[in-house]
Amino acid sequence: MAEDFVIEMLHITKEFPGIKANDDVTLQLRRGEVHALLGENGAGKSTLMSVLFGLYQPEQGVIKKNGKEVNIKDPNVANDLGIGMVHQHFKLVECFSVLDNIMLGVEPCKAGFLQKEVARKKVVELSEKYGLRVDPDALISDISVGMQQRVEILKMLYRDNEILIFDEPTAVLTPQEIDELMEIMRGFKKEGKSILFITHKLNEIMAVADRCTVLRKGKGIGTVDIANTTKEELSRMMVGRDVQFAVDKAPAKLGDVVLSVRDMTVPGHVHKKDAVRGVSFDVRGGEIVCLAGIEGNGQTELVYGLTGLEKVTHGTLTLDGKDITHASIRQRSKDGMSHIPEDRHKYGLVLDYSLENNMVLQRYWEPQFQKGGFINKPAVREYSDRLIKQYDVRSGQGSVTIARSMSGGNQQKAIIAREIDKDPKLLVAVQPTRGLDVGAIEYIHKQIVAERDRGKAVLLVSLELDEVMNLSDRILVMYEGEIVGEFDPKTTTVQELGLYMAGAKKQGKGAQ
Amino acid sequence: MLLLIKYTLLYGIVLMLVALGGMFSEHSGIINIALEGIMVIGGLGGVLTVAVLPNSLPAFVIVTVSIVVAALSGMVFSLLLAFASIHLKADQTIGGTALNMLATAIAIILAKNFNGSTSAKIDYTNNAFLFKLGSLEMSVFVPLGIVLLIISYIVMYKTRFGLRLRACGEHPQAADSVGINVYKMRYSGVLISGLLGGIGGLAYIIPSVQTWNFEVGVAGTGFLALAVMIFGQWKPVHIFGAAMFFAVFKSLANIADATVLSQLGWSSNIYNMMPFIASMVILAFTSKNSMAPKAEGIPYDKGSR
Repeated sequence: MAEDFVIEMLHITKEFPGIKANDDVTLQLRRGEVHALLGENGAGKSTLMSVLFGLYQPEQGVIKKNGKEVNIKDPNVANDLGIGMVHQHFKLVECFSVLDNIMLGVEPCKAGFLQKEVARKKVVELSEKYGLRVDPDALISDISVGMQQRVEILKMLYRDNEILIFDEPTAVLTPQEIDELMEIMRGFKKEGKSILFITHKLNEIMAVADRCTVLRKGKGIGTVDIANTTKEELSRMMVGRDVQFAVDKAPAKLGDVVLSVRDMTVPGHVHKKDAVRGVSFDVRGGEIVCLAGIEGNGQTELVYGLTGLEKVTHGTLTLDGKDITHASIRQRSKDGMSHIPEDRHKYGLVLDYSLENNMVLQRYWEPQFQKGGFINKPAVREYSDRLIKQYDVRSGQGSVTIARSMSGGNQQKAIIAREIDKDPKLLVAVQPTRGLDVGAIEYIHKQIVAERDRGKAVLLVSLELDEVMNLSDRILVMYEGEIVGEFDPKTTTVQELGLYMAGAKKQGKGAQ
Repeated sequence: MLLLIKYTLLYGIVLMLVALGGMFSEHSGIINIALEGIMVIGGLGGVLTVAVLPNSLPAFVIVTVSIVVAALSGMVFSLLLAFASIHLKADQTIGGTALNMLATAIAIILAKNFNGSTSAKIDYTNNAFLFKLGSLEMSVFVPLGIVLLIISYIVMYKTRFGLRLRACGEHPQAADSVGINVYKMRYSGVLISGLLGGIGGLAYIIPSVQTWNFEVGVAGTGFLALAVMIFGQWKPVHIFGAAMFFAVFKSLANIADATVLSQLGWSSNIYNMMPFIASMVILAFTSKNSMAPKAEGIPYDKGSR
């Protein structure tokens, strides 16, 4: 029986130095379906899509469009074939308007002069037809991430693409925006467009996809119908073993107060308002306190103030009985604060340094890594090798690997290894599992719980309510720079938290 | 006052032309430190052409031919920068600095050869380039510069080429992903800077004197043009304003002796320093809000994500 495949990628093999990113992978996309591509970080999903989009040339295998073999040698060819892609890291020019970005590359022109009105008309039409609200004249730098993604989607529609590739589209979105995106995808399906959806979030696949192809370590594991499968089966295919979704943990054994924050105020950079306004709370040893809230309600700034990235304008911070309100970042680190930052590329790693140098970023000056004023390279190497082994950080060349070349999950593992191995009193973890696959998430959750069981204080900032409910011993909800409620995860519900996060409810006098 | 206007226009147009050239290069993503050198080579090409052409030719022919030669010399020289920074992915600042040194050296050798002596001075007549506007003596570069300014503005903001050029300087990966050839756009940007810089070099040398010693190059004007470009926030109209602002200071030096300013009794060195001091002060205050193209100075590599 000849099925109606719009795109077939048959036996694709793509090698990079030292690694087979795709090894004999086959993927067949039916017309008018949402097809998920599932796999852990580094499983080869992005490579496979880059091959389809003409960014890489495969060593072996063929690509067929409507049954005819095609040679996609660059993105222009892909575009001519009607293949469009929303990249994980948006490809938008920040200082251009929405309209300029959408038409870039296919500008309507008369004798070389731009015909913006023609483009505007088409963009407005498309935006109304698919419910993709955008302001054509807004600058990209001024609009939200969710709207930037709509611009990327409009870019594909503007080019009349019928095969739409979404590379991890939900990683940067709020729950509401994710729901909207799912609705938009269903709309495309009705229009007869075919969608390839790269993700490692199982809930989203179950919600929107028709079929799913699973990759593991570069190999195609198989394609399944979503109607006949379960989350558990998909995750087993992806990771190669059973995965626990719930976190196992013993009741908390509370110790002394480790971190005490009193009346902390941190300035904000938007609208000249204080981002954190007079917040007070304690974190004790042996508990995980989770700071929940919708993005942009002051969590980031609170952590900046706590870790010293930003000066607090009011209030005091006490770490294990010592006033650290005005301490330097290094001093705080020495005093027993570890920080897993929100933006691992900006604050977590020096991307162009080797892994070993990243491992000793906060400690290179300690006597054990010093030798007569120079860095003791063998000691650093030995230390780094131990962490890599102990925390299972995978990389191409071990300690000398450049951090930039590692997958996101392993970069995060490296940061966690470094921060936990410092044996801190307080661990501040900000969205530690953002953008990671289930295997890595499971691992990181285990590490955090292990730290807590060792009597450490853990402050976790997370936007994912599942994570908040699973991991925390106590939940603080932040709204507009204030703590509006304190909850016990065992006695509260996601719905209840949601009301506080959205500012609809507020507890009498903040939380302690 | 008339003198002040005259000198301001003459010098301001030079700064503006060269800064516009830098603007095209930087919007494509290539930092062009070599503007100074491009001016020298463009000026040399133009001046030699004027010196060689017989005076009996109509003024129009002399002007056109010499400007075209100046523009072409600048473009050929800028190709060196383009090749080094686009194909060889060299550090653009170092590459540009090397070209500046090279330019003066080439100019001295060629000028000495031309003279057949050890002097790098070239004599020429500049009548063809000057005309009277009422009682104001002007050079042809003033109207030409205004026209080029308008064209630059239109090309930058109203054409497909301009949109794509700017995309390459801001986010070359984005440009590449929509099928724009980043290398080609960057070559175009640098070549345009060679064209405008070359004309600027000739415009700097020709109108005011009848002899030029190439051992002094263009006396830092190319670098001042860089400051003008930054002060002008990489935008054509702003650059025009910035160029005129700097030119006023420079002109004060020229007219100081002949006007009331002479009563202050300041040395003309003070006036000569003014544009440079002004540029330092202004850049110190404005460079914080820099609107520089984001990707400038970074060689584009298709592979990196």
